[in-house]
Amino acid sequence: MGFFLETLIGGLMAGMLYSLVALGFVLIFKASGVFNFAQGAMVLFAALAMARFSTWIPQWLGLESAALANVLAFLAAGAVMFLVAWLVERLVLRHLVNQEGATLLMATLGIAYILEGIGGTLFGSDIYKIDVGMPKEPVMILEHVFDGGLLINKEDFVAASIAALLVALLALFFQKTTTGRALRAVADDHQAAQSIGIPLHRIWFIVWCVAGVVALVAGVIWGSKLGVQFSLSTVALRGLPVVILGGLTSIPGAIIGGLIIGVGEKLSEVYLGPLIGGGIEIWFAYQLALVFLLLRPQGLFGEKIIDRV
Amino acid sequence: MLYRENGQFKTSYADDQQLFPIAQDRWSILALTVFAFIGIPLLVDEYLLRAILIPFLILSLAALGVNILVGYCGQITLGAGAFMAVGAYAAYNFHSRLPGMPLVLSMLLGGVTAALVGIFFGIPSLRVRGLYLAVATLAAQFFTDWVFLRVPWFTDHAASGSVSVSNLQILGWQIAEPVDKYLFCLFWLTVFALLAKNMTRSAIGRQWMAIRDMDVAAEVIGIRPLFAKLSAFAVSSFYVGTAGALWGFIHLSSWEPAAFSVDRSFQLLFMVIIGGLGSIMGSFFGAAFIVILPIVLNQFLPALGRLVGLNISTAGVSHAELIIFGSLIIFFLIKEPHGIARLWSTGKEKLRLWPFPH
Repeated sequence: MGFFLETLIGGLMAGMLYSLVALGFVLIFKASGVFNFAQGAMVLFAALAMARFSTWIPQWLGLESAALANVLAFLAAGAVMFLVAWLVERLVLRHLVNQEGATLLMATLGIAYILEGIGGTLFGSDIYKIDVGMPKEPVMILEHVFDGGLLINKEDFVAASIAALLVALLALFFQKTTTGRALRAVADDHQAAQSIGIPLHRIWFIVWCVAGVVALVAGVIWGSKLGVQFSLSTVALRGLPVVILGGLTSIPGAIIGGLIIGVGEKLSEVYLGPLIGGGIEIWFAYQLALVFLLLRPQGLFGEKIIDRV
Repeated sequence: MLYRENGQFKTSYADDQQLFPIAQDRWSILALTVFAFIGIPLLVDEYLLRAILIPFLILSLAALGVNILVGYCGQITLGAGAFMAVGAYAAYNFHSRLPGMPLVLSMLLGGVTAALVGIFFGIPSLRVRGLYLAVATLAAQFFTDWVFLRVPWFTDHAASGSVSVSNLQILGWQIAEPVDKYLFCLFWLTVFALLAKNMTRSAIGRQWMAIRDMDVAAEVIGIRPLFAKLSAFAVSSFYVGTAGALWGFIHLSSWEPAAFSVDRSFQLLFMVIIGGLGSIMGSFFGAAFIVILPIVLNQFLPALGRLVGLNISTAGVSHAELIIFGSLIIFFLIKEPHGIARLWSTGKEKLRLWPFPH
């Protein structure tokens, strides 16, 4: 029982991180109908920027305090992501309005290549580490409830809390602010939103900025867990089943989907893995999403698809 | 002036329905084919054959398959690499486990296996479509990646999933030299391209296109979506699977699952989108673009760097390649979203009016 719960909690925490990646997809898809394959590259790019700035800024300014350097590096990396958002909107999306989904998807793959190339050129292609002072040692909880208690990775716990906080902030932003309302209007209907005077281009820029910030947070968390390296861009592929499971247009869907995928992956790896050989995590997530899709084609929380001729 | 169908009267149904109704097209395609079969083996050196022409031919075949599914039937797939892998490994198993199995037959059987797997992974297309389907097909990709890496039976218990074939021959014709390989691939591609061209203008191709344009409307006028979608998946996977078998047997001759990774799937989708969705010709253009561009960049970037006095390191070159490749893709998508095939047909229209456009 204790072991099962441990796996479950581990899965939930991993799931929270998947949600974070999935959130980037959903934000952009909602507001612009673009399925952003570059989300993984954005995570990598943001993490690279963060890692490099946190070593460069102390050198440039002669800072001693690591915390201050990290904050400055975070801000600088955020600024870089805003710049990326502006360039993407200005140079790519603006020219591809009303194109087919597949074309847009390919364009974002192009963006992903460019980001990886620029990231490598500017920041170098070694493996870097991000140290934002995440606690590394595991802790035991609930020792008097179970024999031996539950072993929980503190780092995962902090990461999951940050992710949850970010999600709550985004929900507030979307529900309570004027910009958030405009974003939701654009998501509902581009043309109607434009006709009542919502500036489409600015909305897209904002959405890519928000996605950039989400990518940055995801990049910092994943980067401090795994180190910043080029394989980081494949976390996007981890986020995909989450998105289709939860529904492409639903923020709660991304969260719940992430949790389901996280738990499913961990449980399958632990209980099913030994039977059929290890390493099944990645395709299991996809199969899980597929099964859900067969039952609910629009995902768990997606808008109902209505067919009209 | 030269490219004009004036005076070419169609006096029978057979004339009207032939593959290339315009005589100039017919003759130039024929000339090109003859040149590819006879001229190129005489003129071209081994490097060009091995590095450019053979990959181009094989990937054209794969792009054809992807185009049947994405361009003609409208089902986006990101799992093409998976079906290449299935084709390659199935062909390998038929070839190595059954002694005396003819090479062509084992490749065809590899294609058939890929088609069956394709039908299985095509089932979600009956429920979901568009981007959801695209992600669903990624399931096929990751599943096959895992199977060929972790299940030793498929790779004949070879460590790391790497397998190799040798001593390929058809009726005593040894396929060892690049020229032989080239001719074999070319022959294969010619047959299947012709087949695809004819399929797309026959009843089944029209069903695919009807499903692509509006699946509910197609259903209303009596097209069975189940048959149309799954047949598109089957035919497409067959093409992609045989291309995978060719890629493994002829081009690489020793390969591991990484040869058919998700990057390959993206690459194939790039080919059909840049080449032109729903165009046989476009598959060739796209394959040429994607095969040749990285080689050209790789050759010319260091030279270009030296020209402006920069000494670019190898890592720098590979990063610059990524940037330029990505930018060119975006440029093409913005300038001509319908692909190179559209440029080609616009060019042909212009040529018909030349030199008196008004």
